[in-house]
Amino acid sequence: MEAENALQARNEKTLLGFWVYLMTDVVLFATLFATYMVVRNGTNGGPAGADIFNLQFVLVETMLLLVSSFTSGLMAVAARKGDIAQAIWWLIITFTLGASFLGLELQEFSKLISENNSWQHSAFLSAFFTLVGTHGLHILFGLLWSVVLFAQLVKKGLTNNVTRRLSLFGMFWHFLDVIWIFIFTIVYLMGVVS
Amino acid sequence: MKKPLVAYVVGFILSVVLTLLAYLTVTSHAFSAPVTITLILSFAVVQLYVQLIFFLHLGTESRPRWRLVALAFGVLVVAIVVFGSLWIMDNLNYNMMHSPDKMQQYIDKQGGF
Repeated sequence: MEAENALQARNEKTLLGFWVYLMTDVVLFATLFATYMVVRNGTNGGPAGADIFNLQFVLVETMLLLVSSFTSGLMAVAARKGDIAQAIWWLIITFTLGASFLGLELQEFSKLISENNSWQHSAFLSAFFTLVGTHGLHILFGLLWSVVLFAQLVKKGLTNNVTRRLSLFGMFWHFLDVIWIFIFTIVYLMGVVS
Repeated sequence: MKKPLVAYVVGFILSVVLTLLAYLTVTSHAFSAPVTITLILSFAVVQLYVQLIFFLHLGTESRPRWRLVALAFGVLVVAIVVFGSLWIMDNLNYNMMHSPDKMQQYIDKQGGF
């Protein structure tokens, strides 16, 4: 019982430490959002947000990420219940949705670049690619992390360490969806309005 | 055991509704630009709150609430960096010397030197 309490306390500490890391990531994104908002009218004769954003496309991206955030939560619930088969399935679904999101984002980027609207064109596009690209990079690392977790789940099962890592991954994934709410609103929706 | 699942389902449904509301507010062109921007920013903040409570379980944290403290610090830094940058840069922009044409217009309007 005492050993279990000590283990529990250690898990809590790790979760808090990871939360503090997420807050430093908030600061990183704050600087990128601030930069974007300052230079978003600096289009250098090139396209503005309203000319290049396809809201329907972005809504699909948003929904994919939102559903994957939801399924990562279901994975954490299954892991805490000790249901390994369910946890693995939710992890695979989360990965697939996240990978689809990243695929769509890369498609959007490559379309912009092929139309000569890369980050080299204007301050607006530089800030856009940096902000959205940094989020995309986080998603990529999250996907790699989920592959590692998948291997650990299959190999080791739901040990204390693996369950805790799944919770950390869930936090990371929810956090990325929270950042995306603001990219969706401030970059895409507001870009089309003004 | 049932409870976390309920939280995720409720949080998910609310998030979908808020996302669609923001999307429709923009695509329907029902409001003027300032009203639209105020509305969609409000929807984003509400969705932030929903996800913090239902997905990241901030409401059920036991005392002392270190996560809440860390989050409050994060929000403070975001506010300073974002609003501070916008304020300063807008002000610099406003005080910037204009193009020669604009300067001539300004001089003419003032009735010469």
